[in-house]
Amino acid sequence: MKNNILKINHISKKYHTIDGEITAIKDMNIEVNKGEFIALVGTSGCGKSTLLNIIAGLDSPTSGNITFTEKNPKIGYMFQSDCLFPWLTIYENCLIGLKIQKKNTLENQEYILNLLKKYNLYEFKDKYPKCLSGGMKQRVALIRTLALKPDILLLDEPFNALDYQSRLAVSNDVYNIIKKENQTAIIVTHDLGEAVSMAEKIYVLSKRPCTVKKVYEINLETRKDPISNRKDTKFIEYYDQIWKDLDINV
Amino acid sequence: MSNEQKLFLKRIKYNKIIIRFIQILIILCFAFTWQFLSDKNIINSFVFSSPKKILETISLLYTNYDLISHILTTLYETIIAFALGISLGFIVAIILYEFKTLAKIVDPFLTMINSLPKVALGPIIIIWVGANMNSIIVMSILINLIISVMTIYNGFLNTDSYKIKLLKSLKANKLQILTKVVIPESYSTIISSLKINISMSLIGVIMGEFLVSKKGIGYLIIYGTQIFNLNIVMSGIIILIIISFILYEIVDKLEKKLLNEK
Ligand SMILES: Nc1ncnc2c1ncn2[C@@H]1O[C@H](COP(=O)(O)OP(=O)(O)O)[C@@H](O)[C@H]1O
Ligand SMILES: [Mg+2]
Repeated sequence: MKNNILKINHISKKYHTIDGEITAIKDMNIEVNKGEFIALVGTSGCGKSTLLNIIAGLDSPTSGNITFTEKNPKIGYMFQSDCLFPWLTIYENCLIGLKIQKKNTLENQEYILNLLKKYNLYEFKDKYPKCLSGGMKQRVALIRTLALKPDILLLDEPFNALDYQSRLAVSNDVYNIIKKENQTAIIVTHDLGEAVSMAEKIYVLSKRPCTVKKVYEINLETRKDPISNRKDTKFIEYYDQIWKDLDINV
Repeated sequence: MSNEQKLFLKRIKYNKIIIRFIQILIILCFAFTWQFLSDKNIINSFVFSSPKKILETISLLYTNYDLISHILTTLYETIIAFALGISLGFIVAIILYEFKTLAKIVDPFLTMINSLPKVALGPIIIIWVGANMNSIIVMSILINLIISVMTIYNGFLNTDSYKIKLLKSLKANKLQILTKVVIPESYSTIISSLKINISMSLIGVIMGEFLVSKKGIGYLIIYGTQIFNLNIVMSGIIILIIISFILYEIVDKLEKKLLNEK
């Protein structure tokens, strides 16, 4: 019943710099199933972004390989910076991917407008990004990414630029959107609470060279949205457990 | 609007008027002192001229020496050099940005050319290009080009790396990255380089006119020196100050307008 869409097989990545060789990733194995929400947690500088770059095809592994079930997988990538273009309106920003890939069809435009409507951004569609709050901008960035109907969504510490209050609210919103649109997603975070409250599966990564230290299936008593999940009795158990895992590696 | 806000706005306006008033006062004081000193023969008015004489000379130049066409010549040369300098600078900056190794190779040469006093090249330019207006324009471009290349190129290099990463993740090609992010993000840098460029162009043009010309403000100044008529020289300088101030203000207004529209 496994519906595998991505398999990362024994990946290693070395960087060469003048000061020497850095092994960022060492023998990493990860499997992703369709519709899954996966979190990667690890200390900063351990190689999480490198891994996402490799999955996105922006970088290639030194050894090992990645296989997608899909022949031409579409990958959506989001960062901590929303990367909205200040000289474009919200709607034009959402269109950017379609324009680059020459898929700016009426149907796709309709799709974006629908997403904007669904997630309460429609009234801002002709405004410029500077009129929006940080959380709204991150939601626009998500819609821009969803516009291309990606097979897998990569989120690299997407809420880092937000303050704590909006971070909770926005992660909740983003999670709900991702689930509603039935997206497969990998989120990288160093915020354990975020990982445990959002993901169904957590890969705990060791410090550099980065490898999978432990894998957790997160089985909460009742799984709802991230904010309610934080009140789940099991939440704190997982949190403590993973905290210890990470601590060992400090 | 609350009373406090009104008061605040009033104070700002008042402050502006005061500043403008003092500026004008300084100019007037300067002119009157100058006039006074030369009237009382404290300074030699033959060498230092005087505001009155300058005004007389300017009106004489206007009636007998076709002053307007001298001004227009200088303006024309400056604007051509400015436009060519900016467009060439833009193109060279794109080439350097796209070919990083080339940029590294030419970097020391750019620094060398930049620190070379361009006026030293004047005689060669005249021999190569000819003793005409083209030499003046080439001279001016030599002076403004390197600066605009460097400003625009640095603007390109400062593009937000995440935006480039985003486009790459969307499978954008090099041209798309250039036109969709790198150039639009450097828009304000490019616009602000216009101001330096216009001043540089004028400097280049006057230098060129000193070396070779039949017309222009630079020519008037040199002509005045040769016949030892310091009134013409001073008038030329004053006109030049006014021209450069006006050009700068125009580009500044243009810049503000272009930046606000975005
Ligand atoms: N292009 C690169 N060249 C050299 N070293 C790099 C490069 N990218 C990342 N690294 C190094 O690889 C390690 C992992 O980086 P990164 O994946 O960004 O970490 P994380 O996202 O987990 O904080 C870091 O030590 C970093 O210095
Ligand atoms: Mg990172």
